[in-house]
Amino acid sequence: MTKQRKAAALISGGLDSLLAARVMQEQGIHVEGINFYTGFCVEGHTHAIRKKDRQKEKRNNALWVAEQLGIKLHIVDIVEDYKQVVLNPKHGYGANLNPCLDCKIFMVSKALEWIKARDFDFIITGEVIGQRPMSQRKETMPVVADESGAEDLLLRPLCARNLPETLPEREGWVDRQQLHDFSGRSRKPQMALAAKFGFEDYAQPAGGCCFLTDAQYSVKLADLWRARGDKQYEMDDIMLLKVGRHLRPAPHFKLIISREEGEGNFLRGYRHQYPHLTTVSHPGPLALIDGDVSAADIELAARLVARYSQGRSEEEVVLAFTNIEGHQKELKVRPLQPHEIPREWVI
Amino acid sequence: MKRKIIDCRRLLCPMPVIRVQTAVESLPDGAQIEAICTDPGVLTDIPAWSRINGHKLIEAREEDGEYIVVVEVDHGMQ
Ligand code: SF4
Repeated sequence: MTKQRKAAALISGGLDSLLAARVMQEQGIHVEGINFYTGFCVEGHTHAIRKKDRQKEKRNNALWVAEQLGIKLHIVDIVEDYKQVVLNPKHGYGANLNPCLDCKIFMVSKALEWIKARDFDFIITGEVIGQRPMSQRKETMPVVADESGAEDLLLRPLCARNLPETLPEREGWVDRQQLHDFSGRSRKPQMALAAKFGFEDYAQPAGGCCFLTDAQYSVKLADLWRARGDKQYEMDDIMLLKVGRHLRPAPHFKLIISREEGEGNFLRGYRHQYPHLTTVSHPGPLALIDGDVSAADIELAARLVARYSQGRSEEEVVLAFTNIEGHQKELKVRPLQPHEIPREWVI
Repeated sequence: MKRKIIDCRRLLCPMPVIRVQTAVESLPDGAQIEAICTDPGVLTDIPAWSRINGHKLIEAREEDGEYIVVVEVDHGMQ
C-alpha cells in the first residue's frame, strides 16, 4: 500500500487557503490546518469589546474553513516570536505597518518546524502570484520558499503550474496537471473554483488578514513607538489600540477614551494598570491615561474627557481621577470646547 | 471523572481556544476540561474547535456574566 501523504495547510480563514486545501484533498492528500495567532489577527477580539457588535454572531473564519473542509485545525500562538517580524522586518513594510513578506516567511518556517515534529510531508499555502503587491509576486515566491527553509516542501496548489516543480510533484504524491495556474489580482478564478466545490458564504477580507494592513491602526502603533522612543509592544498595548478614541494632548501622555458601554467595560479591566478618569456629575466615558502625568496634565485630561461626557455644554463637570494604587481625587473642570481640541491630538 | 478547570477570564478569542487546545493535548480520552471565560465569542469558537477536532462538547452556558464551556477529550485513537 502506498503511504498516505500528509500536508499542513496554512489557514488564514480566507477563500484562497480554503481552496488550496480542497485541491489537495481532491488528490487524496491528508490535510490538517494550522492557523497562526499573531495578536494582530482580525478574528476575535473586537466583537467581544463593542457592545453593538455583540448582537452579530461573529464566527472565527479559520475554524469555519476547517469545518467546511472537514479537517483538524491547530491554532498556534506565535505572539512573542512574531514581535521580531513586526519590529524589524528585513523586507520592510507594505502600505501600512504590515510586514507581509517577512510574515509569510516566518509563518512558513514555523509550519516547517511543525511538520517535522509531526511527520507530515509538506506545506501548502493559498498564495497566488500577483495577488498582493508586496508579498505575492513572482519574485517573492522563491524568497518565501528559500528564507523559510521549506524550499521544495512548499507547494502552492493555486499557482503551482507557474512555479518550479516541488518535491510532492516530483515524487508523484500530487499530480501537477491537476494543480492550478492562477495569477494576477483577479478573483474570478478563485470564485469559479469555489462554485465548483460548492463553497458559499466564504470570507473575503479586503486588505489582508490582520490589523497591520489597517491605516488607522498603523498610525496608532507608530504613535505608540514614537512616544515611547522605542519600537516595542506588549499584548495589552496592541489590544488597546483597537479600542476607544485615542488622543495625545502632549508627547508624554495619551488618553484612551471609551466610545460606548462595551468599550467602557473592556477598559475598566485595565484600571489597575493605568491611571484613569471617570465622570461623576454626568454620565460619561472612562478614560485610561498612558504616560507619566503632572497635576496640570491631569487637569487638561479631565477637561478633555468632560468634553465627551453628557455635561459637555455645562459650565462645570465633576470627574474622579484614580491612580494605579487606587487613590482617588475629585476634580471640577470646565469641559474643553471643540475649537480648543487641535486636530493633531487625535491619533 | 477527571475534570480540569482552566481560567480564561479576560482572554480574548482565540486565546481561550488555544488554552483548551493545550490542555487537551496532555489529557486522556474521557477527561473533561472546563473553561471559565469572559469573552462571549467562546460560546461559538470552542464548540466549533471541538467539533472539528473530534472532541465532545458537554456544555456551553452563560453564568453570572461569565461563559463556561466544558469539553470532553476524545483523541480518536482507539
Ligand atoms: S496581512 Fe498581516 S497576517 Fe497577512 S501576511 Fe500581511 S502581515 Fe501577515
